[in-house]
Amino acid sequence: MQKIGVFVCWCGSNIAATVDVQAVSDALAHEPGVVFSANYQYMCSQAGQDMIQEKIREFALTGVVVCSCSPRMHEATFRKTCEKAGLNPYMVEIANIREQCSWIHKDKQTGTEKAIILGRAAIAKVQLNAPLTAGTSPVIKRALVIGGGIAGIQTALDIADAGFPVDIVEKKPTIGGKMTQIDKTFPTLDCAACILTPKMVDAAQNENISIISYAEVESVKGFVGNFSVKIRKKARFVDETKCTGCGLCTEKCPQKKVPNEFNLGLDNRRAIYIPFAQAVPKVATIDPNYCTMLKTGKCGVCSKVCTAGAIDYRQQDEIMEREYGAIVAATGFEPISMEKFGEFAYAQSPDVVTSLEFERLMNAAGPTGGTLLRPSDGAHPHTLVFVQCVGSRCDGGEKGKPYCSKICCMYTAKHAMLTREKYPDTEVYVFYIDVRTPGKNFDEFYRRAVEDYGVHYIKGMVGKVVPENGKLKVQASDLLGGRQLHIDADMVVLAAAIEPDKSARPLATMLTASMDTNDFFTEAHPKLRPVESPTAGVFLSGACQGPKDIPETVAQAGAAASKVIGLLVKDHLTCNPCVASSNELMCNGCSACEKVCPYGAISYIDKEFRGPNRTTLVRRVAQVNPAVCQGCGACTVACPSGAMDLAGFSNAQIMSEVDAICK
Amino acid sequence: MQERVKAKAIELLENGACDRVLGWKAGEFFYDVTPAVFTSREEIENEFVYGPFCGANQSKYLIAESRKGGRVGAFLKPCDTCSFQQLQKEHRILRENVYAVGVQCAGMCDIEAVKAAGMKGILGAEDQGEALLVRTMYGDRTMDRAAALAERCKVCKSRKLLGCDEIIGDQGEELASARFDEVARLEAMTPDERFAFWRNELSRCIRCNACRNVCPACSCEKCVFDNPDSGAENKAAANSFEENLFHIIRAFHVAGRCTDCGECSRVCPQHIPLHLLNRKFIKDINELYGDYQAGADMETRPPLVNFQTDDPEPSIVHERGTNR
Amino acid sequence: MQVNETFKPTIVAFCCNWCSYAGADLAGTNRLQYPADVKIIRIPCSCRLNPLFILRAFQRGADGVILCGCHPGDCHYTTGNYYARRRMTLLFSMLDYLGIERERTRVEWVSAAEGAKFAATMNDFVETVTRLGENKRLEDLRCKSE
Repeated sequence: MQKIGVFVCWCGSNIAATVDVQAVSDALAHEPGVVFSANYQYMCSQAGQDMIQEKIREFALTGVVVCSCSPRMHEATFRKTCEKAGLNPYMVEIANIREQCSWIHKDKQTGTEKAIILGRAAIAKVQLNAPLTAGTSPVIKRALVIGGGIAGIQTALDIADAGFPVDIVEKKPTIGGKMTQIDKTFPTLDCAACILTPKMVDAAQNENISIISYAEVESVKGFVGNFSVKIRKKARFVDETKCTGCGLCTEKCPQKKVPNEFNLGLDNRRAIYIPFAQAVPKVATIDPNYCTMLKTGKCGVCSKVCTAGAIDYRQQDEIMEREYGAIVAATGFEPISMEKFGEFAYAQSPDVVTSLEFERLMNAAGPTGGTLLRPSDGAHPHTLVFVQCVGSRCDGGEKGKPYCSKICCMYTAKHAMLTREKYPDTEVYVFYIDVRTPGKNFDEFYRRAVEDYGVHYIKGMVGKVVPENGKLKVQASDLLGGRQLHIDADMVVLAAAIEPDKSARPLATMLTASMDTNDFFTEAHPKLRPVESPTAGVFLSGACQGPKDIPETVAQAGAAASKVIGLLVKDHLTCNPCVASSNELMCNGCSACEKVCPYGAISYIDKEFRGPNRTTLVRRVAQVNPAVCQGCGACTVACPSGAMDLAGFSNAQIMSEVDAICK
Repeated sequence: MQERVKAKAIELLENGACDRVLGWKAGEFFYDVTPAVFTSREEIENEFVYGPFCGANQSKYLIAESRKGGRVGAFLKPCDTCSFQQLQKEHRILRENVYAVGVQCAGMCDIEAVKAAGMKGILGAEDQGEALLVRTMYGDRTMDRAAALAERCKVCKSRKLLGCDEIIGDQGEELASARFDEVARLEAMTPDERFAFWRNELSRCIRCNACRNVCPACSCEKCVFDNPDSGAENKAAANSFEENLFHIIRAFHVAGRCTDCGECSRVCPQHIPLHLLNRKFIKDINELYGDYQAGADMETRPPLVNFQTDDPEPSIVHERGTNR
Repeated sequence: MQVNETFKPTIVAFCCNWCSYAGADLAGTNRLQYPADVKIIRIPCSCRLNPLFILRAFQRGADGVILCGCHPGDCHYTTGNYYARRRMTLLFSMLDYLGIERERTRVEWVSAAEGAKFAATMNDFVETVTRLGENKRLEDLRCKSE
């Protein structure tokens, strides 16, 4: 039986005007377990707090009920008060008789009756309270960034600058990501490589950053502050420590017909390759799908020409196991496949290209050396048609994506403008549903394209593209003009929707981070915690959380880094003690709790139980990791046997409040 | 069928596939058939029964049997296989320790239905194709087997044998079932009529716990009503919560997991149509969240630990209501 | 139905800590009146509401039970209210099936900014339940009718 002290606050006249505080403290004195009951003008004042502490000592109170304002206001205050007097802070319950009583009821008798009932409920609850101690867990002061695009690089740089070691895991042979393939950036038209490659070099040279390229995360275990991650470093058949990046092997390799993914297959590379001149790390990689030596055992040219002796055909995948305190997902995006969009003849004509392919065709380091030439015959195109929203804002979702890909309006305006600037003899048409330009200097940029560069913006969708006699017959509707258009184009550029990288879904499963139906990572709170995943210790950077342009990505990358730094500066994490726990004697191991847990806090372990006739039965039972549990209680309701319960809001406590109110 | 099942049981024991088999033997009365474990050829030859009254769902016994070491053979009817899979999904049955033999089923009989057909002094009964041969003190009689079926078998939902190691008889199909007709009839009543209906039914309950004990979904290591920390346990208290709302809470606890095997109603000594509570949940789940059969597969998330962001709001209960 | 002027219903309101409890506080801060018949129980999330608690409230004499939580999509714990929504829908439908008036149960999503909505919801709910009168049904479910 608890020894409970009840303290009724007047809150000046805020409570006392419509609640008879004396009557309340008198009535509550008759509740079972109450050994002291009084009222005072301001319970939260120093004098009020002193009174609580004095009575805790005098009556050896084991529980305290304060009838006052909302617990959202002063629960923390009164918990501290009690802790100072030697009472466990979780032995305090607040009856909210101000916001939810005195302030909403004008009649004093009504208010008083209700305040007594609310007090009774708090007393009934505190009867079942148990002292709770917040546990702590140590923090490993190292961060993992998954994905080495601009988001991952920026996050890693910011964390490293704060003095913490960071690993970047990148699945490609080089970091840099999508931004390396972009020619110029909107709305400033500065060269993407000029601003990105110095950052790549910074990352490589920063002593706090290790770049683990050509590698993928294999498994993630643990929880905030204590992740254990297995990383598969794929065999590149080149010793990274020996390779000088001279590139001689990539010139001598006889296998010349490998589609070059850096230029999106618009030209070829060798079987041994360095993705591009500014790659980081600048190390060659052998493509095992094309290397004659690896496939047939006959060739070995690269090995012969390599003066550093870096080629190693027997290299194996390597599994590294590392520990981290925080993990940042920065897995980025991919343009969607154009396969399902037969109407645009993407598969039929090489002159129908995606916007990212167009970037390569405009880029000085691209397959055409920066001269815009038609892929089919290398001729200079005169009429270009840009189609926006290809696969974005699609209803139904079968073919495309329901969301707006956000960046297409602006890069299409950029492409149109650059084309007109470089080649004033071209006619450029842009078909759009809406032009969306919410961003600093974005609308000005778009208007320049229309007004200064004479780009023909036409509201309407392209219905069909038909390759015919070396031309692309474009049928489209002009919604504002109310007419059908037929354009003989030389090239058609499709602003393909972007989607999260395919690696994100399995990664989310490993991280127990949630995703939306489009496979974008979900935020812990869409407005207030946009760079944190609901799983503690997992943070989100860049387009893996939603479509973003470069400045937004960099801003979010910095925000994610600051959250990581905020975590890593702590030596220990204090855990919320109001967490779920499972009674192993009653647990069925049915997994219902695990399914509803948004944080992946529940795991299973086999335990031995004594059966009849000296038998031992092994049963799987749920265990809650208190460092990960956030105390929502979803598991407690999913559990059929009531084995799962929540400290601070237990089944019995809530039931007793119900009983007290319904009495 | 009895001979095939018995032969298979003996075969499983003798070829070493199992060291015991779960089957049925006759109880005090021939129709009072109870599950039993057999460990020898002699026991099987003398006591093993498989016939028109083997209604008991064997799956629940496999929770304990699959953990006793060795391998247990089990004979499962189509509806039992649903529960069998559901219990595996909940990690309750260790599949590797069970050799499951699916037995095709033409529906099980209910002795009350036989009596209702005018049979008196009944001594035994056996299947004769479409007919049921009833041995009585006054000689052998036959009746239409369909008329002797238990209610749950009259509205059989599926004859598909799920997840078995082998099958006796043909693999069956899902059937178009009228099992929700009675629920719909209740839904069409006024609230007063419904309350009167349930009050009449539930007031007969003697809290024998037979429904809880037989139900494969009610297989918790410790029932919430026996768990002193649940706040729901108050056995002998006046105006007892447990007493009052036992069936409603039980139905909710098995919602989304109940396979509609109908065992609760079969064993109820007071003949309370408990399955109508479970079927209400199943009908609502099917209508609101898409068709769902617990235990039909091993992967789908049960509807109560799942959601869609565009699920209907609870106010749909008001909107769907037709009666005031 | 005859309205009993002196009947004061007992109403239990379960409010999630993050949105609706704060919304109720805001109603108080703004001095928005609603009947004292409503007593609030704070729970961390709407998904913490075990259907047992609602049944218990009715069995112990509550005349109406309402759950308030964050709007779908805004749950502090991201998905809690989606589970709560399914559970409550099925529970309410079951209560209706048993013949308990469906107006005695309600779910309302109230954000921390919606003090006015909280007060309006409670006023409406109390009025509805008062019109229905005393709830005897769940208590009597197992008792033989006379």
